[in-house]
Amino acid sequence: MNQIELNNITKRYPGCIANQAVELTVAPGEIHALLGENGAGKSTLMKIIYGVVKPDEGTMRWQGQEIVVKGPAHARELGIGMVFQHFSLFETLTVAENIALSLPKEEAKSLELLKQRIIEVSEHYGMKLDPNRYVHTLSIGEQQRVEIVRCLLQDVKLLILDEPTSVLTPQEVETLFKTLHLLSDEGCSILFISHKLDEVRALCDHATILKAGQVSGHCIPKETTTEELARLMVGDDTPLTEDYKKAEGAETYLSIVDLSHQSDDPFACTLKNISLEVKSGEILGIAGVAGNGQEELLNLISGEDTSAKETVFFAEKAVGNLTPEKRRVLGLGFVPEERLGRGAVPDMSLQDNGLLTGYQGDLTKNGLINTSKVKAFAQKIIEKFNVKAAGIHAQAKSLSGGNLQKYIIGREILQNPKLLVCSHPTWGVDIGAAILIRHELIKLRDQGCAVLVVSEDIDELYSISDRICAICDGELSPLAPTHDVSINQLGLWMAGDFQNHEITADVNPSSASQAPAQDPTQEGAL
Amino acid sequence: MLNITLEKRPSDSKTMSYLSPLFAILLTLISGGLLFATLGQDPFHALYTFFIAPLTDVYGWTELGVKVAPLTLCAMGLMLCFKARIWNIGAEGQFILGGLGGGYIALELLEAEGAWVLPLVLLFGALSGLLWGALTALLKTRFGANEILTTIMLNYIALNWLLYGVHGPLKDPDGFNFPESALFSDFATLPVLSDDYRLNISIFFALIAVAAIWALMSKTLLGFQIAVLGEDKSAARFAGFKEERLIWFVLLACGALAGLAGVSEVTGSVGQLNPYISPGYGYAAIIVAFLGRMHPVGIVFASMLLALTYMGGEMAQMDLSLPKSLTGLFQGMLLFYLLACDLLISYRIVRKPAARAISSSTNPAQA
Repeated sequence: MNQIELNNITKRYPGCIANQAVELTVAPGEIHALLGENGAGKSTLMKIIYGVVKPDEGTMRWQGQEIVVKGPAHARELGIGMVFQHFSLFETLTVAENIALSLPKEEAKSLELLKQRIIEVSEHYGMKLDPNRYVHTLSIGEQQRVEIVRCLLQDVKLLILDEPTSVLTPQEVETLFKTLHLLSDEGCSILFISHKLDEVRALCDHATILKAGQVSGHCIPKETTTEELARLMVGDDTPLTEDYKKAEGAETYLSIVDLSHQSDDPFACTLKNISLEVKSGEILGIAGVAGNGQEELLNLISGEDTSAKETVFFAEKAVGNLTPEKRRVLGLGFVPEERLGRGAVPDMSLQDNGLLTGYQGDLTKNGLINTSKVKAFAQKIIEKFNVKAAGIHAQAKSLSGGNLQKYIIGREILQNPKLLVCSHPTWGVDIGAAILIRHELIKLRDQGCAVLVVSEDIDELYSISDRICAICDGELSPLAPTHDVSINQLGLWMAGDFQNHEITADVNPSSASQAPAQDPTQEGAL
Repeated sequence: MLNITLEKRPSDSKTMSYLSPLFAILLTLISGGLLFATLGQDPFHALYTFFIAPLTDVYGWTELGVKVAPLTLCAMGLMLCFKARIWNIGAEGQFILGGLGGGYIALELLEAEGAWVLPLVLLFGALSGLLWGALTALLKTRFGANEILTTIMLNYIALNWLLYGVHGPLKDPDGFNFPESALFSDFATLPVLSDDYRLNISIFFALIAVAAIWALMSKTLLGFQIAVLGEDKSAARFAGFKEERLIWFVLLACGALAGLAGVSEVTGSVGQLNPYISPGYGYAAIIVAFLGRMHPVGIVFASMLLALTYMGGEMAQMDLSLPKSLTGLFQGMLLFYLLACDLLISYRIVRKPAARAISSSTNPAQA
């Protein structure tokens, strides 16, 4: 008997079909991967199972019985647990209080009893949790544990995880996988949604691949290569090979010298003695788990936040106190993490969104807008970067994440920046668009632009960056050529352990030469 | 059973954003008709009296122009603010201050002669409104004070300044103690277009303002920056637009335009200072800006409609012996229905398609 069986599930939204005649079967104890590009319909399908969304057609069988899930509470009663990509935790409450909120009344009555159970369950599955800690003091990985333990407390038979590894360090991913294996050994089925094909191959027993709302294939990941998996996801016409030569770079373009910064925002991360250099013609990658100071650092580079003048330099010109538009004149291009609502104005047309940062070139003259040039600029971005949109008059919010990102990156690149700063360039972007974006970044590098990429996607950083480092709790790890940094080393850096750097530095003379430059910073931080 | 529901449109409907004001007008007319009927009037005759009768002769149209001019000037200024999502409710106060400031100069220059008097009076009026707007800008940018609250409060302060003026220092010494100033001299009075009517050249000020602000918003980077600031503050910051400067600009511009409207009113159709120089033009202009879809051409038409509600109210009072407060009632209904109809710009009404499929799969499961 199958744990869950979906038959002919169809869900239509205005203007698109999210799921069409989807069939999915998961056996007890099976770890089943659901693969697909963004917008392929994975999230909708999960929400249908969890009762958040009602399907237009189709039936669902749970342990052989046909059922209709009335809502998340009903789903939890049945034994379906879900961990969303974005956690729903109250930061000002403790772990136990957060968990109590989601439990049925009877079970949440005694907080002491609950704490005991939290400790038992979390230790049993190898993810230690202190029920008395406040959520805002937990790392992202620990917050995820709270979400998982919350599900496990309720005798879960099917655990759905939506991109659980995207916020974890490599070490945390390993711990998570151990837990999931233990769960599956105990008979709990797991539905695992991920973009990361290597992880799927390492963890999952079966995989169902969705493409444009329909099931495009099934496979056993362990017997399938990553390339084959990717091919099933994106179809036949997207090139998959990505093998970029590493570059050395020339003159230093961006340098940050001993930058410390405390934001007015009490929840912002304080930056401590950050120093880094990005050369023209190289890509520097900064790894790190979100919320460790990336945003604050990037705001100080873009000029949306300012610091002392002599802390940020563009080609030896001190710019720390300059406003964004003055930095743009000096050659800055910036691709922010938030596409809608910062990188682009949601309700404005692509044409106007082109003007948003392109206003300093020949698109305006004496404060007057040259409309035909603005139109041509928008058209050029759409053509050159293969943006799928209804035209230059399409509202930015009508584009898919990947297409909008291509547009934003295209807008910055076509202004010939001398320094391009990209925050999470391919986050939530489908494989086809991600490849195009990475390809363009490399092309820009080869034209001599200094590129700084901040990302949580370690594979991506290894693929495109020439030098790499990590940021943790507002401090920057040493910088080293990418091929000298093992994934383990990077994981340690991401977790804030910068001391082990000596090992790599000894092995590799080129990064050893940089080590002394970093030392004062390290001491300053201590 | 009717099973209809609201559903978000994939992207906003342009057609609906133009149709919505028309729906609102239609619903206002229907509700107005019902209202007249319950007051014992023939609804069609009453609506005719309110909306058509005022415009059956040339005099009516010129009177419409007299009211369109201040409404349009105020609404154009408000449009600038609203585009930047600065919810300036203070056009009324800026209008009154404009009238008071300009009127003060006109009273100082009662004996003066020459063509320079009028421009000076107008300039002072506009500057007074601008300063009143500057107060809001200062409070907003320096202290983060909510502009809705500050502008509403400043409206009352402005009104009380006016009352103080006409009851005190600016009262006409030969005016039998009525709370009004002396009549302005001919040199401080706006020329009329024809001696038979009250319509004066302030209508041209309004048209120039419409053209200028239309050009500003559609052709200049400054206008684009204002629009971006309103749509998306983080994008404006990201692009390097200066938020504070833009806030100052829109509030000052609106203050100057409303001030100009105010001084044009006192030097035009009123001819002196009295407590009633504004029949609520600054507030009605808020409705004009929304009804006109924040578009210059739309604002001209909306001004005409709102001007008509003033005339209709007077007409209904004269011909049907109904209270003049009908004007406010119709203005309120217009805004109310407009905001309701605007829901259909982002949402549409659909018959629930899922209802049948769900219930057919629900029944066997429960059986």
